[in-house]
Amino acid sequence: MIMELIPTPSQTIGPFFHICLTPQTDLGDLTGERIRLVCRILDGDGTPVNDAMIEVWQAGAAGEYGRFGRLCTNEDGVCVFETAKPGRVAAQAPHVNVQIFARGLLKQLFTRIYFEGEPSNLNDPILALVPEDRRGTLMARPNAEDSSVWNFEIRLCADSETVFFDV
Amino acid sequence: MSQNTYRRHAPGDQPPYLYKQYASTVRRAPSKPLIFLPHTLSETSGPIFRPSAIGETDHDLTRQHAGEPQGERIIVTGRVLDDNGRAVPNALIEIWQTNAAGRYRHAKDNHQAPLDPNFTGAGRAVTDENGIYRFVTIKPGAYPWKNHHNAWRPAHIHFSLFGPAFCTRLITQMYFPGDPLIPFDPVLQSIPDEKGRQRLVAKFDLDTTQPDWALGYQFNIVLRGREATPFEK
Ligand SMILES: [Fe+2]
Repeated sequence: MIMELIPTPSQTIGPFFHICLTPQTDLGDLTGERIRLVCRILDGDGTPVNDAMIEVWQAGAAGEYGRFGRLCTNEDGVCVFETAKPGRVAAQAPHVNVQIFARGLLKQLFTRIYFEGEPSNLNDPILALVPEDRRGTLMARPNAEDSSVWNFEIRLCADSETVFFDV
Repeated sequence: MSQNTYRRHAPGDQPPYLYKQYASTVRRAPSKPLIFLPHTLSETSGPIFRPSAIGETDHDLTRQHAGEPQGERIIVTGRVLDDNGRAVPNALIEIWQTNAAGRYRHAKDNHQAPLDPNFTGAGRAVTDENGIYRFVTIKPGAYPWKNHHNAWRPAHIHFSLFGPAFCTRLITQMYFPGDPLIPFDPVLQSIPDEKGRQRLVAKFDLDTTQPDWALGYQFNIVLRGREATPFEK
């Protein structure tokens, strides 16, 4: 017989996690198309969130899991991962799985980073669940001067807020 | 994909995103409903940590400096289980806390309380094959914060856990039994169910307590488990 227990509740990471949760900038095996993923978080007032931790988990170029990274945001609300563009995972378009922890978040937020212009986005089963007018919030966009740099903006608590998932 | 997915949280088990008494949630909580994400390999896989990555004194916060830290020495131990009651081995647990005076060794902590040169306040452990972990540390202090007039956080230890999957990730806080600040703390009180709040309060345990040396506390942690398959039932 299976005993069902109730999961332990989440609590905020608070503002002082840096003393313990060490950063991991580089996602390990960088085989494939090298990219820099620039993530920036803004709160409901458009103020940079300078005390968040972002964790990313993605597949390699061949779609095999997994590479893990985590960073805290700087005073501009920014952190930069050194990684390689993920491949497709079964029917899913290339994407990076994201969890966000911060003071003021009693539990983590889950989102995904897709790559703008990727043809397989049109057939991605998860993007298909997102209302069309909000899909753009899940797209990283290439930097105009350097296409190996992808920018992803996370908006909390706003009309234009990023899509967050119930995982 | 049903047989490999993780069980969803029941209403009331977890705090909401928006809890106005905790002021920082107001400009950070999502304002739109979350979109239900069926679990795929992206959520059911996750990073694997090896016990070899853990240093000899990582679990003992009283032995990370030349001298011993000030404060009441404690042992904090427990089991990490999934919600099917099965042990979770090889779970990475990271903890952080204030020193005995209620001060973090952090550049942005400006509480007027002394730092302790013999205390960093960070620890690391990996659960064994039975899901058991053990830390030795000192009891953290309460500290003031700016949430409301005369706001004080009860003594707590921050816990970060990686279970087997990206979706089993958990960050929480452990509190101490009998702390008079608990009823006034909006962070803990944000959890709707009283039983849920109780799950974050460690239990004093005389069997864990070591004579002439340290008080013992038990703190068990339950991560999400896989949904039962018809075969298992
Ligand atoms: Fe804290």
